[in-house]
Amino acid sequence: MSWILILEQSLNGLQFGLMLFLLAAGLTLVFGIMDMINLAHGSLYMLGAFLASTFVQLTGSFVAGVLLAVPATAALGMLLEVSVLRTLYARDHLSQVLATFALILIINELVRLVWGSDASLPMPAALSGPVELVPGLRYSAYRLVIIGVGLLVAFLLFVLVTKTKVGMLVRAGASNREMALAMGVNIKGLFTAVFGIGAALCAVAGSMLAPLFAVQVGMGENILIVAFVVIVIGGIGSIRGALVGALLVGVVDTIGRAFLPVLLGTFFQPRVASAAGPAIASVMIYLIMAVVLYFRPKGLFPARG
Amino acid sequence: MLLEVQGLETAYGTSQVLFGLSLCVAEGEAVTLLGRNGMGKTTTVRSIMGLSRPRAGAITFRGRRIERERPDRIARAGIALVPEGRQIFPNLSVRENLVAFAENRSGRADPWTVEKVLEFFPRLAERAENMGNQLSGGEQQMLAIGRALVTNPYLLILDEATEGLAPLLREEIWKCLARLRAAGQTILVIDKYIERLVQLADRHTLIERGRVAWQGTSAELDADRNLWHRYLGV
Repeated sequence: MSWILILEQSLNGLQFGLMLFLLAAGLTLVFGIMDMINLAHGSLYMLGAFLASTFVQLTGSFVAGVLLAVPATAALGMLLEVSVLRTLYARDHLSQVLATFALILIINELVRLVWGSDASLPMPAALSGPVELVPGLRYSAYRLVIIGVGLLVAFLLFVLVTKTKVGMLVRAGASNREMALAMGVNIKGLFTAVFGIGAALCAVAGSMLAPLFAVQVGMGENILIVAFVVIVIGGIGSIRGALVGALLVGVVDTIGRAFLPVLLGTFFQPRVASAAGPAIASVMIYLIMAVVLYFRPKGLFPARG
Repeated sequence: MLLEVQGLETAYGTSQVLFGLSLCVAEGEAVTLLGRNGMGKTTTVRSIMGLSRPRAGAITFRGRRIERERPDRIARAGIALVPEGRQIFPNLSVRENLVAFAENRSGRADPWTVEKVLEFFPRLAERAENMGNQLSGGEQQMLAIGRALVTNPYLLILDEATEGLAPLLREEIWKCLARLRAAGQTILVIDKYIERLVQLADRHTLIERGRVAWQGTSAELDADRNLWHRYLGV
């Protein structure tokens, strides 16, 4: 186990964590402000990837394709919020889960009708090779760009949430919705805007990860579960919590999958270690969630204080 | 009249709390809403603010019917609430709790600004960068009042603003309300300290089981201790 491998896997973890953050940020605000469980959040991630593949084909430019997919997904997200999700706010969580699960199925079938079961979004040629970061460590240029984009978007989101009046109102709404209303905050409008921002972040994640993973129907469902783990760890409604939770989950999951089989190999036979390693690694994020919930039931950075 | 409430009936599910309650507040007046616990004072305030939808009755604010309006629209029309339990935003700093809502909703010539509120409450100025949940009860109460003031409301409603405060802090809040009153702020206040309210307010409304039991001036309330005993348990 060399330090280069550790560094490489740490960068992979950072990259995964930052993309998870983009997904979790929208989810945590929607859940935090409106007390709304939106299982269809992952569908926006999928839509972002499919739209990006179409726009990249149409424009012939990866950057232009992604830049078009982001506002298009945001617009679709806001349309979804105004037309369907808004009617669910007053319902209980079970109704929200059932309705948004139905939305997943509907959106999956609509995507299948429009695009088919999968689409391709090739990595830009200029970024397909590796870059030598330090002597001996050659790391994917595209993954570095993902890290850069993730950090930039996280920074912009941080500025929006912590330094602007809109951000203050979002945080106020997340901590006490009724009081925010009584102070004159148009929660409906604010929520549509937050939903649009969340959808845009999904599109950034979906389109940036598309060249690494398959763009296919249902791609949003597995990552949605991890995004829920992130917001539970971070504290529902907290952007800072989403960032810390996402980085924690991203790094632990990636490093665990890479090194746990090796670590177990020092105690058990290679056959047992290679079988048990990935299995244990896959439950590690849930173990972290359990530990966090035990000591801090409201998560690491609860928005409701 | 700035605010006129007529025949208000509000219920939570099948449990009716207000039964045809009526009251009014004129511009520049300080009016109290008094009564024992559970008589419907907070429900009246919640109904005025649109937080609890009345079943019947009319609420007119500056000549406009508001009983079916959304709470945010009512607030933006110029009613600010200092709620029971303060309910400041714990994840916003003191300054942010003020900046987020600073707006001249009544269009007054000399509006309350964040800096003016911090001057009015020097304790808050000292703790401007602290988060809301790091404040003492008294400081939170000052912040709740300051947060309402920066919206420059036509009508300021205070629901149990001195509840749970130490006597010295309570005095500070009373002094602050007296200064606001002297500055011409229209106030509707709910509190238990009737001696102070008699000094502060012009008129009083006593409510009993969701109905108005008595209305009158401070002089009339001060003179009739029987009212204190019968409706307030004093």
